Amino acid sequence: MAATNQRLEVTLETQLESVDLAESIVMRVAEAAGFSEDEIHKLGMAVREGVINAYNYGNCQDRRKKIQLAVEFDPEKMVVHIVDEGCGFELSEVADPLAEENLLRTSGRGIFLMRAFMDDLAVRRGPTGGADLVMSKKLPHAVSGNGECQPE
Amino acid sequence: MSLQATCRDVGEIAVVDFSGKITLGEGSATLRRMIRELVAKGHRKILLNLGDVDYIDSSGIGELVGAYTTVRGASGELKLVYLTKRVRDIIQITRLFTVFDVQPDEAAAIRSFE
Repeated sequence: MAATNQRLEVTLETQLESVDLAESIVMRVAEAAGFSEDEIHKLGMAVREGVINAYNYGNCQDRRKKIQLAVEFDPEKMVVHIVDEGCGFELSEVADPLAEENLLRTSGRGIFLMRAFMDDLAVRRGPTGGADLVMSKKLPHAVSGNGECQPE
Repeated sequence: MSLQATCRDVGEIAVVDFSGKITLGEGSATLRRMIRELVAKGHRKILLNLGDVDYIDSSGIGELVGAYTTVRGASGELKLVYLTKRVRDIIQITRLFTVFDVQPDEAAAIRSFE
């Protein structure tokens, strides 16, 4: 694990336990950043879904592959990256789970939940060609670059 | 806490009291196993009490949908009761209130199977 004032990086194994671990790490960071209990829950759940996505679909449960989790802050928001070693994907390729024909599907709701629980979600190409899920949530209070609170 | 499941019969209705989390892995597997066992034993009216389920993720939601289709596929009925706020919110935003029969309490749920 590597951390600076503004960024924390964790390399996760491709295993089920990484899902709970990533969620708990991000929830603790969010708590320290001053998010409310409800927002902490949403952040944790979005990250949980992102790591499930990396575990199941990105890395196809291949234990030789890794999942990179990074949390960083800018003055206005908390940004989370979840990077897998798969083939990547486009958000436009993801089926709408709210469509009538998809309601009875047993999978395919993870991306939707990430979008619902975060302010912003994007998918970029990671360094090994996998997906870099980038999700962000506005901080409860605006902070300056050195981490000090600004007067409202 | 992983998912605990206890089954009891109320007339011909199998009521399953769940407690814990329905998430990827053990929680989802427990739900799947319970539903398959009940259907294999001939139960066709199943009520899932989720009053002590404080967390569900997309895998858990998928498993609930799988439970619904399994029971429906056996010409049975599956209903839900006592949703916690977090479970209710997830079912709401995923539009699954249009799929699941969610009952306000157990007595109403039992009556609704008649």
